[in-house]
Amino acid sequence: MPKQDVIMNVGIIQKTYDLQEYLKSVFDKMKHEITKNDTAFIAEKREKAFGLFNKAGFPHPALERWRGTDLSRALNHEYSTLPEPPPADLDIDKIFKCDVPHFETLLVTQLNGWYADRKNLIQVYPNGMIIGSLAEAFQKYPELVEAHYGKYADDKAESLTALNTAMSQDGIFIYIPDNVTVEQNIQMVNITDFKQNLFLNTRNLVILGENSHLRLVQCDDSINHDVTFINTVTEVKIGRNSSLDHYKLQNKDDHTTLINSMYFYQDEGSSLSTNAISLNGGLIRNLSHVTLSGAHSSADVYGLYLMDRHQHVDNQVYINHVAPDCESRELFKGVLDDQASGVFNGHIKVYRDAQRTNAFQTNKNILLTDKASIDTKPFLEIYADDVKCSHGATIGQLDAEALFYIRSRGISESNAKILLMYAFAAEVINKISIPELRQRMDDMVKKRLRGELSQCEQCVLNCSTQEHQKVSFVIDMSKI
Amino acid sequence: MEKDQNNILEEVTNSDYKYGFYTDIEMDTAPVGLCEDTVRFISAKKNEPEWMLEFRLKAYRHWLTLTEPTWAHLHHPPIQYQDIIFYAAPKRKKELKSLDEVDPELIETFNKLGISLDEQKKLSGVAVDAVIDSVSVKTTFSDTLSKYGVIFCSFSDAVQNHPDLVKQYMGSVVPSNDNFFAALNSAVFSDGSFCYIPKGVRCPVELSTYFRINAANTGQFERTLIVADEGAYVSYMEGCTAPMRDENQLHAAIVEIVAMKDAEVKYSTVQNWYPGNKKGEGGIYNFVTKRGICKGSHSKISWTQVETGSAITWKYPSVVLMGDNSVGEFYSVAVTNNFQQADTGSKMIHLGKNTKSTIISKGISAGQSNNSYRGLVKVIKRAENARNFSQCDSLLLGDKCGAHTYPYIKAENHTSIIEHEATTSKISDDQLFYCKQRGISSESAIGLIVNGYAKEVLMHLPMEFAVEAQKLLAISLEGSVG
Repeated sequence: MPKQDVIMNVGIIQKTYDLQEYLKSVFDKMKHEITKNDTAFIAEKREKAFGLFNKAGFPHPALERWRGTDLSRALNHEYSTLPEPPPADLDIDKIFKCDVPHFETLLVTQLNGWYADRKNLIQVYPNGMIIGSLAEAFQKYPELVEAHYGKYADDKAESLTALNTAMSQDGIFIYIPDNVTVEQNIQMVNITDFKQNLFLNTRNLVILGENSHLRLVQCDDSINHDVTFINTVTEVKIGRNSSLDHYKLQNKDDHTTLINSMYFYQDEGSSLSTNAISLNGGLIRNLSHVTLSGAHSSADVYGLYLMDRHQHVDNQVYINHVAPDCESRELFKGVLDDQASGVFNGHIKVYRDAQRTNAFQTNKNILLTDKASIDTKPFLEIYADDVKCSHGATIGQLDAEALFYIRSRGISESNAKILLMYAFAAEVINKISIPELRQRMDDMVKKRLRGELSQCEQCVLNCSTQEHQKVSFVIDMSKI
Repeated sequence: MEKDQNNILEEVTNSDYKYGFYTDIEMDTAPVGLCEDTVRFISAKKNEPEWMLEFRLKAYRHWLTLTEPTWAHLHHPPIQYQDIIFYAAPKRKKELKSLDEVDPELIETFNKLGISLDEQKKLSGVAVDAVIDSVSVKTTFSDTLSKYGVIFCSFSDAVQNHPDLVKQYMGSVVPSNDNFFAALNSAVFSDGSFCYIPKGVRCPVELSTYFRINAANTGQFERTLIVADEGAYVSYMEGCTAPMRDENQLHAAIVEIVAMKDAEVKYSTVQNWYPGNKKGEGGIYNFVTKRGICKGSHSKISWTQVETGSAITWKYPSVVLMGDNSVGEFYSVAVTNNFQQADTGSKMIHLGKNTKSTIISKGISAGQSNNSYRGLVKVIKRAENARNFSQCDSLLLGDKCGAHTYPYIKAENHTSIIEHEATTSKISDDQLFYCKQRGISSESAIGLIVNGYAKEVLMHLPMEFAVEAQKLLAISLEGSVG
């Protein structure tokens, strides 16, 4: 094997052999570049994390946590990594315009992993809220960052999280101080636009103080159709008596591998509601890791996946009941068409002291063809006795009698099927508490089921309805 | 029924592991440790044909390449395979013609176990094959059975007298390279039961095998093979006990079941190996591979198990549903107390069309034990209209035990319907209060509630076992209240 790297641009090394080796060489050679915004604390974390990644290597299906999800095809491409930050004069409005009707959001945009607003890297709002670039926050708010960064993400269990800790350059930082209710919805948009195959590590940190409330919408979008491997890690700390409403929307193209790892850490009396909706994507793996560390906290984890062609979706939900008197509810539903494959792994762990825990988990799947497959593992691991825990999983197809009932009323078979699938999906959609978003997701799911929403469109919230114009987007790559 | 209930209560109050005695019988043992010579020694001892030795050696050589599985939710110090005696047999001076010639000590042993060979033969109409320290000592009822053409004998007899059948079916369900413990068993198995039901025969009596580990430092490696030819039916029962010893003893068995077209095999077991003492010392390590194959269409295999013994249980009775319209069932009650650990469940592999499977698993954990259900339901592409229903409930008694559920479900066919549900809870204070209010002590109330909880499984046991299983449940949970 040739042992040489071709350095093409600053920070871009053409891969010539094994991806792990390549990343190792990038990490070693480009260390000054990667660590340039770091405090000593962060830099030390990177070293340790890279060691863990290098030892474990990329995950493979022989690992229990990766059963059923094979990255080998996605890893078999040549990737570039460490993209340059966008130019300072980048017009954010040109990159992205969300046009969900009446959907008021505070837009926080990332381009190729970098915080997009280069002129204004971090902003403090009148209510004390801080939003901006994570790399900038390392410098400006080291105490705030270091109290939480890397504390919740599990570098040991997930080698890709370790890789992210080691190599991510930037991401979004959100801090909500105590006693603040954020009226606006905050929308985090992660856009990739790169003229080569891109291997991207992005890292977000969200901190909610005490008695604070936030609604957060996280969207993943791609602009071009090159092969992308996105490895996003988001750490979320929810303080005492605070609440977070979180939505994760994915509508990627078939060339994208999206590894989205969320680590939620909840204090006493806090509540979390998170909803992952995957409509398209080459290979999607959503990890939701929830730790209920304070008593009387609650977590609702919902998910919906509608996959077709050769798409693959993997939902991993780990709920750790560490403290007593907590409650968790999980509901994941999926429809798999064509050759699509799905994995669901729900793992509820109730620790010895977590008495009076209520934990419920449901996973329901519909297979539409013989080539589609689903692998589901609803696990319970319980060490406390005063608990009520249940899980259920079903795999089936559309009810023939229901189909007949609808058809007997003069509705065509295809429409009847869509109707039934929509009803199946609606249970998750109805959990969305932002009305405008719910309406839009509802429309999108209907479109998705009709097969109108197949290719990646520019924004997950920007489907191709007649009444909404297409968002145009141009970045002059010669300037980058 | 009233009387039964009273008996149970009586037994709950005064019994520990009552099978923990040791019988002093002259033994014939292999040298300690395992090497190719041990395998040859066992084979020679049993006067086996060349092909059998080859089978063993092949398994042994493969075993050397394997490592012990670590994925189960079990913790134990490494097993020292070189410290185990792999073969121990009661010394037999001559061929036995009738029960009268059996060593009186042995007869006494079986009487203590409650399986008086002679009486059972006369009264209950159950054919018994008793295996002590891996060697079958007496098979009852053979004559009656042979009238129907049913072959029920020890495995070594089968190797001598029915080599064709053994050759054809041995290793066809659990190949010798299947897993670590299966390979070990295939190399060193000493005896076991063999059962063949010819075409169209409904076996007139229930067949039963009793296993007993007696000698110290020995492992028990028995092998059971049940073949039900076209349209045959058999109900087979298995029981087991061991003396109380401080060190752990290894038990690695294989059970293979073959059901041809329209055949039905019902396999019931009450596993009551010595579970170790209250501090978690001693007890049997029970690593068992049990698998059945529904080879022909409309065949059925049903596993019912009551697991109360063993320090460690690693056991996944499975059914491969190959024939169209075949049925697989698994009913299990697993009780763990003190420091026992159980990782048990079932695998249902749907290969044929219109195949159905049911899994009902009830786990009960008490003391500081850990009880896991681990199962797999797999439906392959061509298995149209496959149907599975699984229910795995766990009951926790005490705040130091653990109850875990690890189901794996994989579906590749869109016409399949798979349902899985599981709950974990404790006995509610309301239920206990209700019983106590009616003058039932908490200990008995728990026995009552647990028996009600397990009823769904116990009702699938043959009569003789059901009563014993109920008692066992109560005994195993003794002292776990509070």
